[in-house]
Amino acid sequence: MSVATAFFYLFSIITIASAAMVIVGRNPVHSVLFLILAFVSAAGLFVLTGAEFLAMLLVVVYVGAVMVLFLFVVMMLDVDFAQLQKTVGKYLPVGGLITLVVLAELVLVVGSWNVAPESVLSTPTPAGLSNTAALGQVLYTQYAYLFQAAGLVLLTAMIGAIVLTLHHRPNVKRQDISAQNARTRATAIENKHVPSRTGVPVP
Amino acid sequence: METLLPLLLIVAKSLLLIILGLTAIAYYLLADRKIWAAVMLRKGPNVVGPWGIWQSFADMIKFMVKEPIIPTTANKGVFMIAPLVTAALALSAWAVIPVNDGWAIANLNVGILYIFAISSLGVYGIIMGGWASNSKYPFLSALRSAAQMVSYEVSIGFVIITVLLCAGSLNLNDIVKAQDTQWGMLGWYWLPLFPMFVIFFISALAETNRPPFDLVEAESELVAGFMVEYSSAPYLLFMLGEYVAIITMCALLVILFCGGWLPPFHNEYLDQVPGVIWFVLKLTWFFFLFAMVKAFVPRYRYDQLMRLGWKVFLPLSLAAVILVAGVLQFAGFAAQ
Amino acid sequence: METLQLALVHALPEVILAIGVIAMVLVGAFRGKPDDGPMSEIAVVLLGAALVAIVLKTPGVSGVVFDNAFVDDRFGDFMKALALIGSIVTLLMAGDFFRGEGINKFEFPILVVLATLGMMMLISANGLIALYLGLELMSLALYVTAALSRDDARASEAGLKYFVLGALSSGMLLYGASLLYGFSGNVSFAGIAAAIGDHPNVGVIFGLVFLFTGLAFKMSVVPFHMWTPDVYEGAPTPVTAFFASAPKMAAVAIATRVIYTAFPGATHQWQQIVIFMSIASMALGAFAAIKQDNIKRLMAYSSIGHMGFALVGLAAGTEEGVKGVLFYMAIYLVMTLGAFAAILSMRVNGKPVEKISDLSGLDNTNRPMALFIALLMVSLSGVPPLAGFFAKWYVFLAAVQANLFTLAVIGVLCSAVAAFYYWRIIKVMYFDDAAPAFDKPSLTLRAVLAVSAVSMLLYWVYPAPLVQAADSAAKSLF
Repeated sequence: MSVATAFFYLFSIITIASAAMVIVGRNPVHSVLFLILAFVSAAGLFVLTGAEFLAMLLVVVYVGAVMVLFLFVVMMLDVDFAQLQKTVGKYLPVGGLITLVVLAELVLVVGSWNVAPESVLSTPTPAGLSNTAALGQVLYTQYAYLFQAAGLVLLTAMIGAIVLTLHHRPNVKRQDISAQNARTRATAIENKHVPSRTGVPVP
Repeated sequence: METLLPLLLIVAKSLLLIILGLTAIAYYLLADRKIWAAVMLRKGPNVVGPWGIWQSFADMIKFMVKEPIIPTTANKGVFMIAPLVTAALALSAWAVIPVNDGWAIANLNVGILYIFAISSLGVYGIIMGGWASNSKYPFLSALRSAAQMVSYEVSIGFVIITVLLCAGSLNLNDIVKAQDTQWGMLGWYWLPLFPMFVIFFISALAETNRPPFDLVEAESELVAGFMVEYSSAPYLLFMLGEYVAIITMCALLVILFCGGWLPPFHNEYLDQVPGVIWFVLKLTWFFFLFAMVKAFVPRYRYDQLMRLGWKVFLPLSLAAVILVAGVLQFAGFAAQ
Repeated sequence: METLQLALVHALPEVILAIGVIAMVLVGAFRGKPDDGPMSEIAVVLLGAALVAIVLKTPGVSGVVFDNAFVDDRFGDFMKALALIGSIVTLLMAGDFFRGEGINKFEFPILVVLATLGMMMLISANGLIALYLGLELMSLALYVTAALSRDDARASEAGLKYFVLGALSSGMLLYGASLLYGFSGNVSFAGIAAAIGDHPNVGVIFGLVFLFTGLAFKMSVVPFHMWTPDVYEGAPTPVTAFFASAPKMAAVAIATRVIYTAFPGATHQWQQIVIFMSIASMALGAFAAIKQDNIKRLMAYSSIGHMGFALVGLAAGTEEGVKGVLFYMAIYLVMTLGAFAAILSMRVNGKPVEKISDLSGLDNTNRPMALFIALLMVSLSGVPPLAGFFAKWYVFLAAVQANLFTLAVIGVLCSAVAAFYYWRIIKVMYFDDAAPAFDKPSLTLRAVLAVSAVSMLLYWVYPAPLVQAADSAAKSLF
């Protein structure tokens, strides 16, 4: 067994085990942490297949940004887990049935699956090009339309988030940074000569 | 057997790097305290050994032999993992940093992305520690750090992209080599990309939670932030992780903007000096700057921090990406 | 470089909208005011320009561009024109309502344009990735518009419900798409069709089912209709009008395109699904609407029923069937926009009302409006010689020609049941005691109502343009 194979099994086992822990875990924060672990080991799998750029992107985007915000939200949630556990039982029969159906379908599908021999042989990267360059060359030419469309989807999501959350409340004191920066000694401090035993009127 | 040999070599290299690195950290830590003290007209640590040179080791032994205290209400597993995550991630970034031509444990094609990914993971140690402590100040600190680090990662990412556009590679080794021009240190990217250099320096301070952006610890507000409940060895690991991350950022500044191991000018004398010396010198210079900033600059308010990240650095660095790409494309410098 | 220019010419309407909408975002952001100002008008001009670009396009020019992701043909043009008309009329009708409610945010026109762009990309999709991206662009914008009135609990509920169920359906669609890709090794429709051949295997069939689940959700046909009544009732009325018109065009169009370009070899399989969904929708639309007293809920069930009728044409699996679907959607669009113009006109003392009983005795208080609504209701129920009848006629005819007698008979029966609740509205308007009179509706609403009602009435006088357009559009798919 080569080192790469050993690492493949290591990463696969960690990915699958932590994915299972995401669902089984009782504490949502633990679930998110296991999800992060699953992402990181999935990135390891990407590296093993030679898709190093994708691996790094997975870590940077999902683990570094998306999951941080996710964790942020989950940590703030005040959910009564005991209560949640009780209600699970109510949906168990229906949920279980659906699970069984989907499982049966999966078995059927996998049963009819045979790997096309040519798909295994195809290499992800053309010779003489780094992984990143190869990805960039199809992304901005062949898939330019889809790339732009994905950009529009993200723009829409951004506009939507702003529309639904931005409140223009009147009568709110805001920090005016430029005014704060424009303050000088002359405008901020006033020197007064105070004669002894008299004091100055406080404005 | 022949597959095992390279593996052992990697392990050996890693061990060497860790030992050398940790020793260096001990003295960088001491230097930090000395510089800080000097600015404040104090003497700093001067009891353990001549000029206090054994101070860091004394601290280390003290931390290691003391009893770790775990709060009863803490989430124990996560509580103990958090400092490990911080330290391990910080150290693993060094796997790809070339201290001389080709002197890196792994010469990764996407080295810069790897470092970016690792440093973006750094936030997890803090969040996990803050949450698992199950206490108010650590939790507030964790939330602050999550927002802060995510915010500054964005501008760091864009700054890195401008460098990548100029160098035409994601490999750290190649990025340094791309700066090797006949103009010597004037050809390093700090000059043509000067605004990005400044943004990167400031963002690096924020990314590593150094003053003036140490809102995460902010003694006057949060006692010691996410570290409030930590003691002994776990605390040591947090401190270690923090300082390694700072050194990593300094190393990135050296590699991206200051020509890595290259001498400031090529002549027969300077070329004789080993590259690693130049690298360490530059690294130390940036660490000195970090320490000076810590000593000089008052802490930012939280809203100022966020404003700086999102309203100043993000638009500037985004505009710079477009500008640099445009200049490269239309002036004919585009990397092939 | 030349191929890029060619591609941009083929996608000219989309390019206009994409560039225009980004300009609109900038204008909106830099105006610095939260109200809509001229944004609605800009959006209408933009959508109008796209419509003109489609109508004035050289006939017969069609092509597949952007590396098989985008197809430009008469079928697409026809459905895109319908979707654009739906969006334009919605925007024209919406302004007054939103100003009255104090939620005239400038983002609404932007979101409508983005949704319309998504619809057009969806209609022109020639592969699974383009399909998904178009669908998401459309849906994301729609989710937000549903919850636009944030302080209204019903609207927030509508938005949330729509979003959660929509996300679920997108997930199913993606699952189906990945199965299809896994088993055919292709993301373009033509490639899938070639890979399937005449004998789809189990994986492809499951992929097909899941793909249709996602599409059926967007068409709101049974059994994926659960969200429709709540969302229609909760969302602001112009948004409901939008939901009932333009997105349905896109969803039906892409379902048709997928069926005929990706699954010609799996006719037996998809036909079962479509027939089931069609019968279930027609029946539910007919029976569930009877008990409704909220007119927006009633329109929700009505739209479910109408989608069922449109699917009858799809189930036929012939060129005649496609023609029937196109025809049905065009007439459905006009009827729906007219009906929502009527609902938007239902305001008493500046407050919108939406109970059917509020229409009581409308004949006494506003005779022309009552007459127009009556015409629309008669047309919706499908009585000759109004246009609604011809729409149903075409799809049933196609079904009969394809030997789907049972389906056609069930359709006619459901149509008869559905007539009951449409006619009940007429009865309420003409024979019940007068409710408080409505405020005088704006000129736009009156115009939309009148134009749609009169065109229903006079359709049989000059049907040629629509018939010819639907004909050539249907031909381009085969």
